[in-house]
Amino acid sequence: MNFKKIKEKAIYIFFFLTGILAVIILLGIFLMLLINGLQAFKDVKLLDFFFGTVWNPSAYEESSYGILSMVVSTFMVTLGAMMIAVPLGIGTAAYIAEIANERIRDILRSIIGILAGIPSVVIGFIGIVLVGPFIAKVFNLSSGLNALNGSILLAVMSLPTIISISEGAIREVPKDFKVASYALGANRWITLIKVTIPAAFSGIIVSIMLGIGRAIGETMTVLMATGNAPAIPHSFFDSVSTMTATIAIEMGEVPYGTTHYYALFAVGAVLFLISLGVNLIAELVTTKYRGRRT
Amino acid sequence: MKFNRIKEIIGFGLLILSAVLVVLILGIIIFDIAIKGFGAISWGFLIDFPKEGMTKGGIFPAITGTIFVTLITTLFSIPLGVSAAIYLSEYAIEGRLTHIVRAAIRNLAGIPSIIYGLFGVAIFVQGLNFGTSVLSSGLTLGLLTLPWIIATSEEALKTVPQSYRVGALALGATKWQTIRSNVLPYAFPGILTSSILGLSRAAGETAPILFTGVAFFLPRLPYSVFDQFMALPYHIYILSTQHHAIDQVKPLAYGTTLVLIAIVFLLNLAAIIVRYKLGRKYYLK
Amino acid sequence: MNKLSSLIKIKVLILLFVIIFTGCVRKGVNDTFIQIKGSDTEVNLVQRLAEEFMKEHQVYIAVTGGGSGTGIASLINKQTDIANSSRAMKDEEINLAKDNDVNPMAIVVALDGLALIVHESLPVKSLTLDEVGKIYRGEINNWEEVGGSDLEISMYGRQSNSGTYIYFRDNVLKGDYSPKVRRMNGTSQILEAVRRDKAGIGYVGIGYIIDDQGNVKSGINSLKIAKDENSPAISPLEPENVISGLYSIVRPLYQYTDGKPKGNILDFILYELSDRGQEIVVMEGYYPVSSAYIKMNEKLGIKGNEF
Repeated sequence: MNFKKIKEKAIYIFFFLTGILAVIILLGIFLMLLINGLQAFKDVKLLDFFFGTVWNPSAYEESSYGILSMVVSTFMVTLGAMMIAVPLGIGTAAYIAEIANERIRDILRSIIGILAGIPSVVIGFIGIVLVGPFIAKVFNLSSGLNALNGSILLAVMSLPTIISISEGAIREVPKDFKVASYALGANRWITLIKVTIPAAFSGIIVSIMLGIGRAIGETMTVLMATGNAPAIPHSFFDSVSTMTATIAIEMGEVPYGTTHYYALFAVGAVLFLISLGVNLIAELVTTKYRGRRT
Repeated sequence: MKFNRIKEIIGFGLLILSAVLVVLILGIIIFDIAIKGFGAISWGFLIDFPKEGMTKGGIFPAITGTIFVTLITTLFSIPLGVSAAIYLSEYAIEGRLTHIVRAAIRNLAGIPSIIYGLFGVAIFVQGLNFGTSVLSSGLTLGLLTLPWIIATSEEALKTVPQSYRVGALALGATKWQTIRSNVLPYAFPGILTSSILGLSRAAGETAPILFTGVAFFLPRLPYSVFDQFMALPYHIYILSTQHHAIDQVKPLAYGTTLVLIAIVFLLNLAAIIVRYKLGRKYYLK
Repeated sequence: MNKLSSLIKIKVLILLFVIIFTGCVRKGVNDTFIQIKGSDTEVNLVQRLAEEFMKEHQVYIAVTGGGSGTGIASLINKQTDIANSSRAMKDEEINLAKDNDVNPMAIVVALDGLALIVHESLPVKSLTLDEVGKIYRGEINNWEEVGGSDLEISMYGRQSNSGTYIYFRDNVLKGDYSPKVRRMNGTSQILEAVRRDKAGIGYVGIGYIIDDQGNVKSGINSLKIAKDENSPAISPLEPENVISGLYSIVRPLYQYTDGKPKGNILDFILYELSDRGQEIVVMEGYYPVSSAYIKMNEKLGIKGNEF
């Protein structure tokens, strides 16, 4: 009898430990970024880091570690991506949830599932060989490797997230809302625009936040397709270098333990905090408007 | 009234247009890769090693490298992930702790893959001194996949009706016995399906393996987990950006991309088949 | 079914232990494995040399790129046997290495000329070294300032982990790059980009612009470079110009090892410097080690063409 109890308790402890693993890992990542990142500030001034526009660690004259340009670049491609993905995504979600019949719905869901599974390096490859040259041709530019290219590709990557979550949100709107609207004489379109979508608003916001999170964190796609110029971009036709791309490019070239090495971790810490922030907003929206959440 | 009708037609038209555009996007991507990559595919391409500075030959080591590292990822993330899901679904009492755990999982899922790469370098390559190796990369990818495995496994466990558990407990089974005989087998198809999907994502990742173990030109296959390895996504990256004869190797890049997509596609298909076949066997969903 | 799931778990655990255990045993038994990392400029040259070397020797040589900075960092971090570098190690890097118990030794295995390439339709055919510097520093912005038409100059270059990037900056710019320079992932990307860009200019190894038949690749032209306003503009396409030093943008390609090379590593380096090795160097578009560098290698105990 006692042995059985001990065994059950041991099993419980095992599962408990694996359960809190996620928290441990999250804390671990944060601590690793923080501890390494903070060491950079022995040599770099905080203000210079956050507000400096020049990131040039291996400069001819003085090294500078300003992240403003890459932060602006990151937000720029993300914004561009959302301008494309949000209307397209919500529109498609509405189509799937409200208009499409059963068969089309299944087909579309599979197609979106396939799109979601395409690796980021493949999307980046398409950006180099297809989308980039196309942009260059259409806008008569010398090179198609710019923020616009990045935005289009990031939009493609965020679409599945936005579509599937928005679709779920729209479907969850109680039928009564729609029925009441029809009863008042509204047609399907007006019902959709004025009743269903506003009712699904919180879910749609969550989908957008997660899409933004995806876009901000994307590495390979922007690394391959945005041209990687460190200057602050003035237009979508400029080449940009995002935070993720900068880390990816420079991580391989830094000897461990140099200021440059620690500075990259500091950039990683900023990135981490930004994605945490985006997630937090998504969760706040969820709990506030949905009520039920684990 | 008519005005509203016109609005409806235009509005719905726009919606249909959105859906069509999304399908078109996927279509263009797949077609471009298929058409331009098909020419490069041959039996030799899949079985041979790269020759003459990667301008000829095949991608065999990249295929096996990807399989090898995904294997390590599987061994690491599946047992841990499923166990964590079991805790959340079966043992945990809903309260502040579980709230924090679930929040942690959601946040981990949203962290950029390059951050996982940084973590892998700091902990596996340097800290534990595994060096740049299949092991370091596999573990890093495993961490990346863990949140997905935990979340989806918990979903699968949740679909098992409570009555199954209660029945077993009523007969005197312990908690663990209940889980093993009355819960896990029925959650198994769902867990398997989503694990396959999660691993197919890991197979396509590049950023986490960049600095933890992948290499471009290795003369032989890795002999142990401490060796470096070649991988399909990294191969595509190098062939399309850093290679010294980009023009010449573009068809090879397309071919490699086609192989990678085919593998991802096949894994997705396998997941769907598993869902149907095993799901039917257990009379669930 | 309960037996099945626990059976699977046990099998999985055993597999895990087996894999890791065999890994542990193998680690350290790597005498016949040479790891070479670093310069993307040198990567295909050294790969070629390695391929040929491996045909006659029972050694495995793994060559990867990532840029000279990557190679040097790997050498300092004790993760590579040879670091390919298209630039000399900086003093800070040498100090860091010594702090880490690594003693970098430089061997020159080839010479490389850097060509400035432009779109084939560009009317500008030559520039002075100073003008090139001004363009890349951002002080000259338009092609009409150097004899072309009214077209904003579109600059392409490498990334900061590239030795080429550092060499070009330290020797031609003697200052910092304009932030508008597009940082491409490799030489090939620069070539591709300039080919498509009527206003483009880029710096690449001379070997990259010549195809197998010895002709300049389509779509681009290489500029003739004059040392200063009073000197003649020299073409990089004549090998004698480069070997003699008449063409101004020439640099040594290094390999760094930890201490004096020994054993298999020494054999490989000697092979690179042998007649056959230097033949391959020329075939790949580089230039053989000149006498000045042969002397430098000799100091290390490596006799230039002895094998």
